[in-house]
Amino acid sequence: MHAVDLAHPVDYEGWRAAARRLVLADARPESVDWRVGPQTGLFGDPSAVPAIPAVSRNREFSVPRDFLDLAETITCHRDPARFALLYSLLWRLTHGEPKLLDIVSDREVSRAEAMARAIRRDIHKMHAFVRFREREGHYLAWFEPDHFIVERAAPFFARRFANMDWSILTPDRSVHWDGETLHFTPGASKADVPDDDALEDYWRSYYSSIFNPARLKIEAMKSEMPRKYWHNLPEARMIRPLIRDAGRRVAEMAERGATSPSPKSERWALATVPEPTPESGLDNCRRCSLWRNATQAVPGEGPMGARLMLVGEQPGDQEDLAGRAFVGPAGQLLDRAMVDAGITRADCYVTNAVKHFKFTPRGKRRIHQKPDVSEVEHCRWWLTEEVAAVRPRLIVALGATAGRALLRRDVAVQRERGAILRLGGGGSLLLTVHPSYLLRLPDPAAKVLEYDKFVADLRTATTYAMSA
Amino acid sequence: MTGGSVELREKLEILADAAKYDASCASSGSDRKTSAGTKNGIGSTEGMGICHAYAPDGRCISLLKILLTNFCVYDCLYCVNRRSSNVRRARFTPEEVVRLTLGFYRRNYIEGLFLSSGIIQSPDHTMEQLIRVARMLRVDHGFRGYIHLKTIPDASPDLLTEAGLYADRLSINIELPAEQSLDRLAPEKDAGAIRRSMGRLRLRIEEAKSSPKEPRFAPGGQSTQMIVGADETDDQGILATSDRLYTGYRLRRVYYSAFSPIPDSSSSLPPGAPPLMREHRLYQADWLMRFYGFDAGEIVPSGGLLDLQIDPKLAWALVNRHLFPVDVNKADRESLLRVPGMGVRTVDRLLSIRRHKAVRMEDLGRLRVQLSKVAPFVTTADPQIGRSLLDRVDLRQRLAPKPAQLSLPLLA
Repeated sequence: MHAVDLAHPVDYEGWRAAARRLVLADARPESVDWRVGPQTGLFGDPSAVPAIPAVSRNREFSVPRDFLDLAETITCHRDPARFALLYSLLWRLTHGEPKLLDIVSDREVSRAEAMARAIRRDIHKMHAFVRFREREGHYLAWFEPDHFIVERAAPFFARRFANMDWSILTPDRSVHWDGETLHFTPGASKADVPDDDALEDYWRSYYSSIFNPARLKIEAMKSEMPRKYWHNLPEARMIRPLIRDAGRRVAEMAERGATSPSPKSERWALATVPEPTPESGLDNCRRCSLWRNATQAVPGEGPMGARLMLVGEQPGDQEDLAGRAFVGPAGQLLDRAMVDAGITRADCYVTNAVKHFKFTPRGKRRIHQKPDVSEVEHCRWWLTEEVAAVRPRLIVALGATAGRALLRRDVAVQRERGAILRLGGGGSLLLTVHPSYLLRLPDPAAKVLEYDKFVADLRTATTYAMSA
Repeated sequence: MTGGSVELREKLEILADAAKYDASCASSGSDRKTSAGTKNGIGSTEGMGICHAYAPDGRCISLLKILLTNFCVYDCLYCVNRRSSNVRRARFTPEEVVRLTLGFYRRNYIEGLFLSSGIIQSPDHTMEQLIRVARMLRVDHGFRGYIHLKTIPDASPDLLTEAGLYADRLSINIELPAEQSLDRLAPEKDAGAIRRSMGRLRLRIEEAKSSPKEPRFAPGGQSTQMIVGADETDDQGILATSDRLYTGYRLRRVYYSAFSPIPDSSSSLPPGAPPLMREHRLYQADWLMRFYGFDAGEIVPSGGLLDLQIDPKLAWALVNRHLFPVDVNKADRESLLRVPGMGVRTVDRLLSIRRHKAVRMEDLGRLRVQLSKVAPFVTTADPQIGRSLLDRVDLRQRLAPKPAQLSLPLLA
């Protein structure tokens, strides 16, 4: 039998040193008696020396970092059996069960996890429920944690209230911050903190006003803010009256019903009518149902009278958000190709056959969907308007959808591309691929080849558009 | 707080009361900030936000949630602050908001400020007032706590830039799930402007994240709120709208707010208790969409409304019994996530355990799952005894919570 005397209730270092030697000495868990030093020596000098046999120096072992973190956490628990449980876990980790911590359903692991959870919750609640009271520039709080967590909870307050002088007093341990260092002192009593603060009435007013009496959920409140904390929370004294009066307040509200608006309120409306947003006809288009899911209609842009007009399929994710055509990945590729073909984008009119983004939501993304024939037909009205207004010498149809919208028939892009085609109502058109087609090609060699063909088509178009 | 303090306390009451119908109080997921090492900074923001108190409505109080003013030129029927309402009106000065925020913060009552406002004069003017408070906190007082600013749709881009510089989170409320409802109940609000503003916010947030050189812009992302039960939109329609908001604008959260009777309410709105259980089921369904791989379309039954008696995952499993039981020792993560009563954490732990041993019922028990709920839908390494519960017609009755428990949240 080995007896180990730990210096104080949170003597993690003492436990770790002793446990290490015990494992090396082959001391089985049931043969170790873990004791915490007498209360008088609490947090005193760690003079007690564990009665553990000496071991040879050449034997070593290691344990997962996770275990050391777990051990350090659990050391703060008030359960007297915590050190024995930790030693038992250590023993098993070093005796054929190196992956023990992965098996959360193991009896001892789950017990340790439960303790760690309790510690984390206790620390969290301390961060949440400490209430400072100010006395001559010094902020003081009284708090009663369940476990030995003051050391672990304190750094949070130092990071948050770095330039305040504050102290948190608890029954076991107190902590003080002077702007530079955390100091720990023995436990204190509630009488050591002021019994009121100038702002507590304001805080209670806020607490009461933010409460909605029509949504009473007392159990939900109690599970997160258990009753044991209430006596140290200044706002908690409002809980009873708020619950008591909730039903009456809701009933009275219903009884009073609606009143007629004061004449004053009508004056506000007249005095300050919100500025009307510029109502583009396009943005109010309801010809098909694509507007429902899209952010906005994306109009074309470019100078009226541009010699070259480029027509894509529809706005994509980025275009839909920005409200501008060809600003996403396909737009960037188009920009590059236009530069390579010797075209200045600012001189062209760029638009889409369909003005709203069509997509299906999948996971976190919006997946592009090809517009169907009827959507293209409905939107052609806008495209025709644009063509009539711009009167380009040549229209470049990027992809089959644009081709269909302008030629009013099914097109075969690869067969018909690169040639100057006549349009029914006058004007000319050149058909080529959509830049997103290039983005989708998996083979890098094919990508280069197709890109060059695309640039060649654009060059043909610009030569035609700029001639004469 | 000396001089005129009675008046300030009254303002606080009026302008907190005016803000309480906004459900959001989150203070999580922003960039990390600390006042440690600063000369006179105050506050910190670290990963998870903290709920500093809970009101008897079960809601967390994390931020000082107030309106700068409840004067408003809009007349949205569902809103307590609408122009035609006879509620008492008040207006804080920016200095008063700063004093209250810092005073509360120093006493550890709050994580920060959630500031909203009625629309006064114009969207830009209103936005400027909100930004002014945020600027005073951040620049003049070195405040490093959390700031959530309500964004006024279609406020100018420069104002948006400045708001994103100071705020941790920005939000624009979509208010109602259907555009027609917004037209009817909030005639001055423009659904298109709301969507455009959300789109703009997403682009700005992503731009700021793309490079450390970009100026800070609302690292806590954007969120919104939808009022449930003020119009006729069913749950299918609500979740489809949420799905669009999540995928389109990458919102951190969509908050659902059961329409709650407001003082001096309009007669064209439903009277009576807020549909709290429906709100709860919507949150559960929302969770299934975001973390459990469910599509918006498959969660809601054909009637268009979520089952109020049982949770949406259990309801889904009961009509898809052919997909069960799932073998906890073999099934993939996606299938395990669809088992009623098993959360993401439980599933990940199971996957870890089964690499080392065969999983039995007692393992599930120690993972703190509700065995009676999970058991009919899984097989474990234990021998199967008797007929599967899956075949029983009364499985739903067996698994549905007892009526007493169900009525609990409806206490009011």
